[in-house]
Amino acid sequence: MADIARSSAARPSRRHARNIGNLALQVALVAIVLGLIAAAAHNAAVNMAKANIAHGFGFWNNTAGFDISQALVGYSASASTFGRAFWVGLLNTLLVSAVAIVLSTALGFIIGIARLSHNWLVSRLAGGYVELIRNIPLLLQILFWYNAVLKSLPELKGSVTLPFGGFLNNRGLFLPKPVFAPDFSAVVIALAIGVACALALRIWARRRQERTGEQVYLLGPTLALIVGLPFIVFLVAGKPLTFGIPDMGRFNIRGGLEILPEFAALLIALSVYTAAFIAEVVRAGVLAVPAGQTEAAQALGLRSTTTLRLVVVPQAMRMIVPPLTSQYLNLTKNSSLAVAIGYPDLVQVFAGSVLNITGQAVEVIAITMAVYLSISLVTSLLMSLYGRMVAVVER
Amino acid sequence: MVQGSTDAADEKARPEVAVEIAGLNKWFGEFHVLRDINLNVARGERIVICGPSGSGKSTLLRCINHLEDWQTGRIVVDGIELNDDPRQIVAVRRDVGMVFQHFNLFPHLTVLENCTLAPIWVRQMPKRDAEAVAMKYLERVRIPEQAEKYPARLSGGQQQRVAIARALCMNPNIMLFDEPTSALDPEMVKEVLDTMVGLASDGITMLVVSHEMGFARQVADRVMFMADGQILEINEPKAFFAHPQHERTRLFLQQILH
Repeated sequence: MADIARSSAARPSRRHARNIGNLALQVALVAIVLGLIAAAAHNAAVNMAKANIAHGFGFWNNTAGFDISQALVGYSASASTFGRAFWVGLLNTLLVSAVAIVLSTALGFIIGIARLSHNWLVSRLAGGYVELIRNIPLLLQILFWYNAVLKSLPELKGSVTLPFGGFLNNRGLFLPKPVFAPDFSAVVIALAIGVACALALRIWARRRQERTGEQVYLLGPTLALIVGLPFIVFLVAGKPLTFGIPDMGRFNIRGGLEILPEFAALLIALSVYTAAFIAEVVRAGVLAVPAGQTEAAQALGLRSTTTLRLVVVPQAMRMIVPPLTSQYLNLTKNSSLAVAIGYPDLVQVFAGSVLNITGQAVEVIAITMAVYLSISLVTSLLMSLYGRMVAVVER
Repeated sequence: MVQGSTDAADEKARPEVAVEIAGLNKWFGEFHVLRDINLNVARGERIVICGPSGSGKSTLLRCINHLEDWQTGRIVVDGIELNDDPRQIVAVRRDVGMVFQHFNLFPHLTVLENCTLAPIWVRQMPKRDAEAVAMKYLERVRIPEQAEKYPARLSGGQQQRVAIARALCMNPNIMLFDEPTSALDPEMVKEVLDTMVGLASDGITMLVVSHEMGFARQVADRVMFMADGQILEINEPKAFFAHPQHERTRLFLQQILH
């Protein structure tokens, strides 16, 4: 920096000499880095050849031969390949991350707003939550939920019976599994139509307000379209939905929807932990909107809900979105702590089992890293698109 | 303590009362910020309030549209008694415009949207009508060409004039100004004061917290001096400046007039 600043004052020949020197230094640095990489690759190749480990991606289509406790797509130890195992692990990572993002966002916004409450008890409870949760390591929290809470549930025989035929024990949560008859597609179509109509209604109401000034309250009609319409179709179509009730045998529970304790523990821990950070992000975003903004809106006669919706939230959201994005990225990456309790996520299945069996550490780790990188980049992209939508122009 | 509703000498004062404040007391914790305030403001009257900082003048102004709560006493604005009923509060606020020291424009809305927000959402005006009203007042404060810009692009003086236009769009009967020029660079004070002088000639009721004594002399029907949460003195500008009755008023005027 100092060089650049001084260079304009220096004589041309000296500046020229210095530029050449800088260039040589840069080239040397790049050469050293490339050399180190080459040496490492060579070393790895030699060592793997010595240990009789294959290289390349040929293992992808070999039979995996190990079981995975939770698979969203068909998988069997004897018939499925390592490639299939990769997809099973990836889907498990995406599942737990996606659900945890939704839950942590909801919980985080509620706690963040609660911490701003004028009610002493509510704000203190929210503050206590944040301080407790964010100061304890996540790994410890995952272990807590798994070992101290879920694994200490009763054995199969003493299962807690839930309403509507569900069971809860230390093997997991067993719920009635929805079974959709073909006619159920009519309900889905009705829901789509309902959502479309609700959106159209919103646009109509906004145009009408611009024209006549009259405000229409849309909560009732929107609910009727989105909930009521599909429900009526559901009844008319003869209730095309049944539930597979889990059936308790002597050694096992068959049928129904099974939620593994590993999944539940990881989901709860990730949601609860990230919610504490999101709560702080939300609180900071709302506090960053000056009190004068609310006062100006109130002085104009706007009601407090209108003030929130039209003045405070739009300004708070632009503060919230960027740090919210990094919380989502953290959550997704933190889901790899699944290995600690044996939830079959990408790291446990692919960078764990597959790596151990094939021994092809370089390829497996490289693929795993590339996957996390891709997930993070896609998340960032989506959030920055959303951020641009809520951004304040202020040009 | 000087009673506000006395002098009938003012020719502009009509019998109708725009703001009635009786026995008002307010505490911030232990701090007694307003002490037994009694003040009647006639319709169309223009009052300039001055006093040292911490004397409670801004707080008094903010009580009139219930941005501040108080402990004892009553305030009646345009015949509407302010109490804890949110409907009463909103009814008063629809009728009372306020201009803040730091403008408080909405940074995420254009100048025009700043002006149409309340007419659309509070008065339920059609957008086109609200925009026509907004343009009328933006012309009035002489910045119609800035309508599509965002507030951050305007100078302080322009922002404060937008803030005045925004308040006027609600067609208020009473305007409150809380130190409207004290956050401005000196060269921008005049453009804002000129706008306010123009308003004064319209006969709108104005309460102005300000230390612009030239403005007070030119526009005010009465000038009021506050200290320690009390109204120490209130009088017509000529008498107020020529023969201040109270020792503290004299001292204060010396300090700000040099």
